Amino acid sequence: MITFPGTLDDVDAARAVRRAGAEAVPLWHGDHDLRGVDAVVVPGGFSYGDYLRAGAIASLAPIMREVVDAAGRGLPVLGICNGFQILCEAHLLPGALVANAGLHFLCRDLVLTVENGRTAWTADYAAGDQLLVPLKSQEGRYVADAATLDELEGEGRVVFRYRDGAPNGSARNIAGVTNAAGNVVGLMPHPEHATSTLTGPSEDGLGLFTSVLRATVAAGS
Amino acid sequence: MTQSQVQVDSVSHAEATPQAPQPYRELGLKDDEYARIREILGRRPTDAELAMYSVMWSEHCSYKSSKVHLSYFGETTTEEMRSAMLAGIGENAGVVSIGDDWAVTFKVESHNHPSYVEPYQGAATGVGGIVRDIMAMGARPIAVGDPLRFGPIDAEDTARVLPGIVAGVGGYGNCLGLPNVAGEVVFDPSYAGNPLVNALCVGALKREDLHLAFASGTGNKIILFGATTGLDGIGGVSVLASETFGENTGRKKLPSVQVGDPFTEKVLIECCLELFAAGLVVGIQDLGGAGLSCATSELASAGDGGMSVDLDAVPLRATGMTAAEILSSESQERMCAVVKPEHVEAFLAVCAKWDVLASVIGEVTEGDRLVITSGGETVVDVPPRTVAHEGPVYRRPVARDEVQQDALNADLPDRLPRPETPSELRAEVLRMAGSPNLASRAWVTDQYDRYVRGNTVAAHGADAGVVQVDEETGRGISVATDCNARFVALDPYTGAQLALAEAYRNVATSGAVPLAVTDCLNFGSPEDPHVMWQFQQAIRGIADGCAVLGTPVTGGNVSFYNQTGSTAILPTPVVGVLGVIEDVRRAVRSGFAGADGDAVILLGSTAAEFGGSEWAHEVHGHLGGYPPAVDLEHERRLAGLLAAAAADGELTGSHDLSDGGLAQGLVEAALAGGRGARIDLAEVHDDAFTALFSESAGRVLVTVAADAADALLARAADAGVPAVRIGGTGGTALDLGDAAGTLALDELRAAWEATLPARFGPVSV
Repeated sequence: MITFPGTLDDVDAARAVRRAGAEAVPLWHGDHDLRGVDAVVVPGGFSYGDYLRAGAIASLAPIMREVVDAAGRGLPVLGICNGFQILCEAHLLPGALVANAGLHFLCRDLVLTVENGRTAWTADYAAGDQLLVPLKSQEGRYVADAATLDELEGEGRVVFRYRDGAPNGSARNIAGVTNAAGNVVGLMPHPEHATSTLTGPSEDGLGLFTSVLRATVAAGS
Repeated sequence: MTQSQVQVDSVSHAEATPQAPQPYRELGLKDDEYARIREILGRRPTDAELAMYSVMWSEHCSYKSSKVHLSYFGETTTEEMRSAMLAGIGENAGVVSIGDDWAVTFKVESHNHPSYVEPYQGAATGVGGIVRDIMAMGARPIAVGDPLRFGPIDAEDTARVLPGIVAGVGGYGNCLGLPNVAGEVVFDPSYAGNPLVNALCVGALKREDLHLAFASGTGNKIILFGATTGLDGIGGVSVLASETFGENTGRKKLPSVQVGDPFTEKVLIECCLELFAAGLVVGIQDLGGAGLSCATSELASAGDGGMSVDLDAVPLRATGMTAAEILSSESQERMCAVVKPEHVEAFLAVCAKWDVLASVIGEVTEGDRLVITSGGETVVDVPPRTVAHEGPVYRRPVARDEVQQDALNADLPDRLPRPETPSELRAEVLRMAGSPNLASRAWVTDQYDRYVRGNTVAAHGADAGVVQVDEETGRGISVATDCNARFVALDPYTGAQLALAEAYRNVATSGAVPLAVTDCLNFGSPEDPHVMWQFQQAIRGIADGCAVLGTPVTGGNVSFYNQTGSTAILPTPVVGVLGVIEDVRRAVRSGFAGADGDAVILLGSTAAEFGGSEWAHEVHGHLGGYPPAVDLEHERRLAGLLAAAAADGELTGSHDLSDGGLAQGLVEAALAGGRGARIDLAEVHDDAFTALFSESAGRVLVTVAADAADALLARAADAGVPAVRIGGTGGTALDLGDAAGTLALDELRAAWEATLPARFGPVSV
């Protein structure tokens, strides 16, 4: 669980990890050590104030060099919201996130369709599953060139799509994507805020965290 | 032209030039106030001293017109009410115990005038300022809320200020990572040239972590930390700069509205909490209005010694700033702490970890003087109490304008044409659902993050914001703000009590026990005796009401001069009530949240009361007569019933009735729960129009499982609360029977959701 200055949803993501049955390990942006974790979550927020460009400065933080190296070796990495922006800026994922088409910050519950149930973070879902989760972002419109989008679609690397259309104008209603190996996933909506019906709209988001826990336990046994 | 050497206006220079003219009037000081400063100092003030006194003796900082009335809050607070209070009026924010060693601090403040000049930054820094007040008590901010008021929805200027203010509230709060869980959006012509931006913040702390603003312990260091100090937000003090620098210095004028940097504040929050946890802070104060002038004089005034400060140690973001400018700058995201010498190193290390700039700028001294140096010269040497706490006090004339007020009260709403046939009543329900003050606020609240930190149990659309404080036990808080300013205009005493009653009832409706009150008193000019009468009556109404309800006022804010030309805004004492809920899993969901077939029960009774109602305002543009009656003993019984029924898990849903009456209450309950209901209006009142649109106070809709209805009715009877079963939930329409017909939820939702986006454009694609 990485905390940059300006990270906001780290406590929420840590809670989701605990609810899934795993231990949340805090990682500090200025460190060079992943402390032996089995998976990394890059949470949401406004890292370094998102000055310059959302996620741009955070992608150059010392801890991100370690994350990029480890991701190359297959470590599961999840980027949520600002974390997704950071993973795109760090070139772990293709494409970019730009200002919402409506040009307003948007906080709204909506339904995602799972398109790929085979990544490290979605194995507990089946393609076609529908998840009710909150979206809350100002720069959440996913864009990439047509060739990249075609490649993502062709290789099944679109992981989540907005079922009822993307309120932020994302290309092809894409809400989340993965890398070729399937260990790095990024999405704009917040599954960690959908792990309890008391404080969220559903428990539908818990599956991302149980998926990666199951995968790492299986790999370790 | 050649600039002569700038002469620093030191104390010795002031003594040597006793007759030098000073622009005290431009700084807002009256002749007698200036004379009093000379008398206190035994000489003319230096420029820096003049800057300090002028800003600290302003209405905003000194409460000079309101003080004599505000003391009524203290006089009416009983020992019993005080028992849960750990800090009250006069601190940065009030603090109340909520059990299990937890305490909560909360306050609402205004940022009206800056938000009119520069909507985005004005609103953003309003959020930033109230959050620092909460931090200064040693608490972690856990939620914010924003009661907002604008001119008519179709006024041109509303389209300028509303989107900017909403974006500013969201832009700052979202980036800080604080869920926005409460607030209001009200349109009324009286706010057309003077929108109201009030900002609420709630913080939580362990009782033992409470920090107060005072500087004690000779030798303790004063540390300024956070952002650098610049020329933004200097306002009126710039007249001193132009005096000093002449006309051709080429210095860039910066806006008098401050510019916010929420990222710096977010880091400052985390840094402060780490400093508190490590026990490195003796006293702390935020830098808001009046900047360093306020922080140094208030810390010194509240402490037991003097203070020395060296302005050369203040990190600046502009060159050539004068002492007066440094002292007056309202650059945001700064805090001032009193730290023991042996803790300074550790303090600075925590700041360094968070990349927060921190500088030792002075220390607590023996004696009772605040001495400030700049460039090696003493520029301020004053008794701090005379700056901070012993400013002028005015007893402004208070007089009810008999002609105006009598005419207002005589203009009864009885003469207004009413819908009569079922189809007319049905159309009126639909029209009201889409009216500017009753329509969905999603256009606004969708721009606020309500989820961050993962503790939000209820937010916008619900009767009150509910936030979990302790994840282990589920202990949490509930908070609501309310004010129907039309009621206050008709009768300031009763109207203010209605605002209190509504916020109190909203908190109770969520299943919480109301504990404490904060207020933001937005009024016109204190120089208008009628406005002072409204102000005095409103304070008495709130204070007397609090004594009945047993909820102390723990703090708040006064904002005067809210007017355009000589026309004042409607008197708007926004009341915030905070309650405690032992287990947020027992919080009652808003609306028809249970199951189809639940019984719908109306608590409270309904009379024909239309003065100041939303119906009279929306349909007839009418304001006259008298506000609804208020019965605070009934409110207290009602709240007790709701809390007990909620704790036992009996209620499947609830919703307070207020603006728009039962009609709007039913529409909102049905849309929130996504299920319709069949309602017998004859159970509410003989007259269907009265049943639907009266705004009688003290009423709440609740739902229970059908087989639990009799038990709840019996329980209500035991509690002395009138209760009647008026129907049951289910279906996809609001069925009002033969009296007013049937409205499909789809039709209601379309009308309710369309209004704000139609005016301000879509939020999303």
